[in-house]
Amino acid sequence: MNPIKILRNGLLEENPIFVQAIGMCPTLAVTTSAINGLGMGIASTMVLTFSNLVISLLRNFIPATVRIPAFVVVISTFVTIVQFLLQAYLPSLNAALGIFIPLIVVNCIILARAEAFASKNNVVASALDGIGMGLGFTSALFIIGCVRELIGAGSLFDIAILPEFFPRTIIMILPPGAFITLGALMAGLNALKAKQPSKSREGGSCKHC
Amino acid sequence: MQTLLIFISAVLVNNFVLNRFLGICPFLGVSKKVETALGMGIAVTFVMALASAATYIVERYILQPLDLGYLYNIAYILIIAALVQLVEMFIKKSSPSLYQALGIYLPLITTNCAVLGVTVLNRDNHYDFITSIIHGVGAAIGFTLAIVLFASIRERIAKNHIPKAFEGFPIALITAGLMSVAFLGFTGLIKL
Repeated sequence: MNPIKILRNGLLEENPIFVQAIGMCPTLAVTTSAINGLGMGIASTMVLTFSNLVISLLRNFIPATVRIPAFVVVISTFVTIVQFLLQAYLPSLNAALGIFIPLIVVNCIILARAEAFASKNNVVASALDGIGMGLGFTSALFIIGCVRELIGAGSLFDIAILPEFFPRTIIMILPPGAFITLGALMAGLNALKAKQPSKSREGGSCKHC
Repeated sequence: MQTLLIFISAVLVNNFVLNRFLGICPFLGVSKKVETALGMGIAVTFVMALASAATYIVERYILQPLDLGYLYNIAYILIIAALVQLVEMFIKKSSPSLYQALGIYLPLITTNCAVLGVTVLNRDNHYDFITSIIHGVGAAIGFTLAIVLFASIRERIAKNHIPKAFEGFPIALITAGLMSVAFLGFTGLIKL
């Protein structure tokens, strides 16, 4: 497969959040600001890329019956490494993301890509797939984080954007805002898709997570 | 008293689904019918109580004495996977209809972040054995409460006309958002 197509696939056609609707927990939980969304996205992308790479290398050695536990061990190893790196170099981001860093292990995107792609494809394609899917995930988190931070706190990356008199809608950075933002963004995408009927795509089902 | 507060906090104030965003996948996936939602809630409760107990024992008597605390992530997820396998065999034998209804979501309790989440929270908060179990059960009851309420609302939504663009996930997410607003009302009920 050609590399551009693999990257595009993760970023657009099979975007894990907006199209497949998997990996919802971190998406909703950490997107209180643009920087948190971006940080979570990058951490997950690292785990996704390296676990895809290693699983692809091991794909001929792992017996089919124990593949899921084997994948989980590989994934949790990389999660532990990422957690240590964050603790050492970015302690404030680590504190903001909190429990959702160890929980990258159970992010269904990573296991789904290991199962659906890395266990069937060569190393280069698998690593690219990890990068593509990771970027798709990161961009979705970044967009949601921007929307919530802008409406909820009137800023982006902690820099005030909206003028003082503009009302801050605090609920957007509280838990309900996460659900409502993602719901509204998905509805908007559905409306856009409805306008171009040639490319109708089945909306994500949560089957894989 | 402290344990009672932890219990109430896990059920209502810091509701796992609507406040902490743990276990969103089954929350959105298995909430089309009230009965399956309830079945899922009971299965999760069982796994979470067992997982809280098992991970505490492993953490306290294996990982800590051997100074292997950094392996907690790998150890916990393997314990949970084994427990889910056990529950799956149990439900398959005792209630084949529930087994059918839960379908793919049963083995996927392993990757339900609420289960790993509760064990990691127990560890981070240094809860003792009893408190861990109470916290696990409380969190699971909170999960069950949220998913059953949500399923009841979705059963009604299914009978109504909704704008085309909002069908499926978007309306479900916005419904969850409104439920979350309601649960925000519990904030300040207790202070831990």
